[in-house]
Amino acid sequence: MGRIRGIAWYTMLGGLSLIFVAPVVWMIITSFKGADEATRVPPTLLPDDPTTSAYDTLFTGSSQTPVLRWFLNSLLAASGQALLVLVVASMAAYALARMDFRGKKINFTMIIATMFVPIFTLIIPNFLIIDRLGWLDSLWGLIIPGAASAFGVFFLRQFFLGLPRELEEAAVLEGANSWQIFTKVILPLSKPALATLAVIAFLTNWNDFIWPVYVLFSPENFTLPPGLGTLQGAYNINYPVIMAGATLASVPVLILFVISQRYIIEGVSRSGLKG
Amino acid sequence: MVDVLPEAATPTSAPVAAAPRRGPRLTPYLFMLPYALLFVTFTLAPAAYGLWISLHDWDYLLPGKPFVGLDNYQALFSSTSPVFDFFWQSMQATGIFTVFSVPLLVAVPLGIALLLNRSFRGRTFFRAVYFAPYVLGVAVIGVLWRFLLDPNLGAVNAMLGALGLPDATAWTTGLPWAWVSLVGVTVWWTLGFNAVIYIAGLQDISRELYDAAKVDGAGRWAEFRHVTLPGLRPVLLFVVINTILASSNMFGQAYLITQGAPGVETRTAIMYIAEEGLRSYRMGSAAAMSYLLTLALLLISMITFRLFRTKD
Repeated sequence: MGRIRGIAWYTMLGGLSLIFVAPVVWMIITSFKGADEATRVPPTLLPDDPTTSAYDTLFTGSSQTPVLRWFLNSLLAASGQALLVLVVASMAAYALARMDFRGKKINFTMIIATMFVPIFTLIIPNFLIIDRLGWLDSLWGLIIPGAASAFGVFFLRQFFLGLPRELEEAAVLEGANSWQIFTKVILPLSKPALATLAVIAFLTNWNDFIWPVYVLFSPENFTLPPGLGTLQGAYNINYPVIMAGATLASVPVLILFVISQRYIIEGVSRSGLKG
Repeated sequence: MVDVLPEAATPTSAPVAAAPRRGPRLTPYLFMLPYALLFVTFTLAPAAYGLWISLHDWDYLLPGKPFVGLDNYQALFSSTSPVFDFFWQSMQATGIFTVFSVPLLVAVPLGIALLLNRSFRGRTFFRAVYFAPYVLGVAVIGVLWRFLLDPNLGAVNAMLGALGLPDATAWTTGLPWAWVSLVGVTVWWTLGFNAVIYIAGLQDISRELYDAAKVDGAGRWAEFRHVTLPGLRPVLLFVVINTILASSNMFGQAYLITQGAPGVETRTAIMYIAEEGLRSYRMGSAAAMSYLLTLALLLISMITFRLFRTKD
């Protein structure tokens, strides 16, 4: 690449980057403006008078918007579901990758087929099932149903299939049973894949919107996404407060993304390969 | 690695072939059990249950839920029923959104993927930057763009004004602007997802095919037409179907950015189904709608699948 072409190339990539980054930066900047400054036309680029008053308002807000509680709920639901997905998906994926049993093929096909079932088909009956289980308006309803994720099974099965069989065979020779092979050989070898799945499951649950909007009713049981909807209604055009809420909901996922972007992207890109 | 095993038995104690078979044949089922339990309860059972509900006059708040056969479905096709207008209005909204967003979400990410598939310093970095909006949930990008697109206080109109362009566009309440906003925001948000899938697909195309094309004197375009596109076909199929499904499931963007405005013009099918079933609690009717929509999507997916197949 010539020098000039190099400069043009990076200018173009940089310009594109701006499109993706600027709105998010604007969100964070706005969260540090005062309510008056945010209504100024044209808007100020950087806060004239940087203030955390939006965050103060956010955290001391009314009982209708207990934001810290939402943050905690989000954290609990997303971690809980990630853990549950790891356990159930890894076990099922191991059986599908390494064991022979009747109905295996049908089972796998059915699981994969549901990756293409639109969520709304199930939202009404699932609402009623959650109701029967007594999980409406509770975190259980956010943690358990979504853990039946087909992606996790598919993703880990692919990974397990790629592991060399020698170690398992050696373990069999030494008298290990399936459970021991699974926990002492397979899982330790799969740490990167498990971490990837955990992060993706966490993000998916953390960001889920339509389901919590309809199965949670009390403000204190909300997670951040339905909470942001409430904030938008409650603060109308007091954008610094709304942007402070959005920033709060973004910071954990952005940190997670910066740390593990390679794995997340790797995991996501693999979901298309079997299409 | 073998030393992680618990007190290893003497090598002679277990005949090789017997070990895996000897255990009870229940083992694979036990491994499947926890997942299967969730899968049956929250995927299979609701799929059947929903069909059952759609055959009843199922009001969550009323004790009686009489069987009505196909009435709920018939109502969707009878212009005198109270749901007819709203339902088809919402289907139209979903249709408009899908028709405009899918081509963009198939083409633009492919362009980005081709850019990022070349070798240069900082490739991984730019890939991450373009992907980043996708890790923010729809709630965050919804309230964020509601702000950016605010006709009076938003940055979009302010920037347009600074450039000497019209600066009072009603991005969230006017037509066709509301659609431009919803499609634009969705492309901005999910473009990275499709791009990343394309990049993985591009990397699977064998280098030799490109070399062979070069030997044959193929130009950039011919190379793209005859090597890249055919090589990407399975990935392309996945992207197209996945994007159609995602777009026809659109909910959060319209819920937060336009709130269905103007009127109910941008109220999508999912929004209407959710309102009808989970706010007004007319679940029989809502379930029938969701099955009709699912059926339509199934047909569209099958047609897409066929189109990709017959090109062989």
